[in-house]
Amino acid sequence: MAQKTVIEAIREGMDEEMARDPSVFLIGEDVGQRGGVFLASDGLYKKYGEYRVIDSPLAESCVVGVAIGAAVNGMRPIAEIQFADFIAPAMNQIIEEAARFCYRTAGDFNLPMVIRAPWGGGVHGALYHSQSIEATFGHIPGLKVVAPGTPADAKGLLKAAVRDPDPVLFLEHKRTYRLVKGEVPDGDGVVPIGKADIKREGTDLSLIAYGLMLTYCLQAAEKLAADGISAEVLDLRTIKPIDQDAIVATAKKTGKVLVVHEDTRFAGIAAEVMAIIMEHAFDALDAPIMRLTGPDVPAMPFNHVLEEAFMPNVDRILAKAKELAAY
Amino acid sequence: MASVKMPQLGESITEGTISKWLKQPGDQVKKYEALVEVITDKVNAEIPAPLAGVLKEIKVKEGTTVTVGTEIAVIEESATATQRPAPAAPTAAAAQTHDSPSPLAGAGEGRTRLSPAVRALIEEHHITDAELARIDGSGVGGRISKKDIEDFVGRRAQPVAANGEQRQVATEARPAPAAPAGETRVPLTPMRRSIASNMLKSKQTIPHAWTVAEVDMTSVVRFRHQVKDSFKQREGVDLTFVPIIVKAVVEGLKAVPILNASWSDEGVVLHKDINIGVAVSVDDGLVVPVVHQADRMSIAGLAKSIDDLAGRARATKLTIPDVQGATFTVNNPGTFGTILSYSIIAPPQAGILAMDAIVKRPVVLEGDAIAVRSMMNLCLSFDHRVLDGVSAARFLQGVRRWLEGFSERIPLY
Repeated sequence: MAQKTVIEAIREGMDEEMARDPSVFLIGEDVGQRGGVFLASDGLYKKYGEYRVIDSPLAESCVVGVAIGAAVNGMRPIAEIQFADFIAPAMNQIIEEAARFCYRTAGDFNLPMVIRAPWGGGVHGALYHSQSIEATFGHIPGLKVVAPGTPADAKGLLKAAVRDPDPVLFLEHKRTYRLVKGEVPDGDGVVPIGKADIKREGTDLSLIAYGLMLTYCLQAAEKLAADGISAEVLDLRTIKPIDQDAIVATAKKTGKVLVVHEDTRFAGIAAEVMAIIMEHAFDALDAPIMRLTGPDVPAMPFNHVLEEAFMPNVDRILAKAKELAAY
Repeated sequence: MASVKMPQLGESITEGTISKWLKQPGDQVKKYEALVEVITDKVNAEIPAPLAGVLKEIKVKEGTTVTVGTEIAVIEESATATQRPAPAAPTAAAAQTHDSPSPLAGAGEGRTRLSPAVRALIEEHHITDAELARIDGSGVGGRISKKDIEDFVGRRAQPVAANGEQRQVATEARPAPAAPAGETRVPLTPMRRSIASNMLKSKQTIPHAWTVAEVDMTSVVRFRHQVKDSFKQREGVDLTFVPIIVKAVVEGLKAVPILNASWSDEGVVLHKDINIGVAVSVDDGLVVPVVHQADRMSIAGLAKSIDDLAGRARATKLTIPDVQGATFTVNNPGTFGTILSYSIIAPPQAGILAMDAIVKRPVVLEGDAIAVRSMMNLCLSFDHRVLDGVSAARFLQGVRRWLEGFSERIPLY
């Protein structure tokens, strides 16, 4: 066990998978000589060479398209989209091809590929470097969407994603890259896709989150405890397939649920979580399910004050949770 | 918008049951027009609309019991009902809110808003309405939360204490056994609940003492037999034994005013008026309408008043004043053949008299002659805090002497 940052854990995860399986390779903009704009692949180019760490043209459709072709032919590509905001040009490849390939071939072909995408705000990235895309892609059947919030989960889920037979969209919250540190188990430490994790046990209310908001929720839970409110924090970790059992279990346990995400509200992940609770845990509810999300505005604002206003933070989570506890 | 609340339909009444909505949402209502029928302890009352307008929303369903002061409906006043303000144009500010519009808005009526979790716990632990009413909600607007119920169940499960209140709670806590095959559980009507809680309260707070006097009713029986047909013809009501006994009781209470009283920790309250409650059995229980100022009535007046009250009791047409203010109660179980009855005092009264059946028996008279006489037991339950056996016996002897001395000389009018 060692303390690592999220970015270190991801780098280590890719390194170990590339060492373990020669069919694993990395492709993306600046992932090679530059080591990635966040240095996620720092050192890998030197270690594995230009045929396994490929600098692509500035064309996301190419990055994903090449990965699809390689995957069909038996490789296990890791395609990096430099910022999740840039994924739009690759949407046709991801939705029309990657997500449907297994279905289209009646199960004859799988596409074992990972699309890594740094996402989220709070880094003064403004309109083109801050967006959340999990709800958009979570809606697409055939695609797995993963959003770890801790170093151990980032590494463990990345390994699971590489080994998965189907396309996995791997979302790395860029604010957590160097902010969040934690113990990472030695060895494989694979974390299964589709399993949420209770990061803190509690009895009075449940906070459900993922990504950066997980960290904020844990901080809020700590402050709530000082006020005598016992908050349980459930980390979804995987957006799709979502861990329905874990969501229902915590809702039944506490009867009060607050779902938090920075993605915009309308038809967001919170809406799905709330619907699951209504369908399966209505009788256990002791308060209306609440959500705290980013506002329905076109993009993360550039102005720092407005960015601050956009992002849910510890204080807002705390206020909302107290309101829920008091209900 | 104006809210209609469950009114306080008399002192000591803490809750009411919605029996029937006479208007439906969307209906126009006039001011003072009957809006809803409410059942309280013993009477049905029609609640008038407090203002003219449109009934917007019914908040409490028929058959539901709520505490006094609970919002039961919303009426939109006429002026605003016709002139609706245009909806505000969406503003940029609306886009900036990014937490849930507080679902707590409108939670003010918290006591009646039970969450699914709370409802499930109430069912699981067989928590009665009365128990629920005792739980202080810790949530917003007094809402009873899941935790409140869990705390209550925890407290309830504690061993029986010496304190009466806790003992009662512990008894109620025993989960109702699941009805084995062949048994059915009769749901509790508001009247049943009310009788249960009043009787329990009485037996738990009033130290009952009981005493009986035997009364020779031969003269009364003979007199009644002589006049009952003409009385019926003249007055239109039967001359039963009840108004005669009530008259005797009034005379007895005048002689022993300490029995026309109520216990209070600050002192015994003597009542000026003599208001006699007369127990009337009805389909699903018992009601006790009150003959107010019975001491100012003749036997004929009592007969008419009692006949009127009993008739309206059976037709469930009693009003709130009809059942309030009794200072003493007369019960007539004898009509069902009983000969010794131990009645429970209706708080805050100090006594209740049961008239048992009049039966012919051989009796030894003065001079040692044996004769067949019409005999009746008068059984008195009294609050021993208020008076002692001597006063109680004096009252019974007074009633007995009045009845045994009955003759045509005593005026009916």
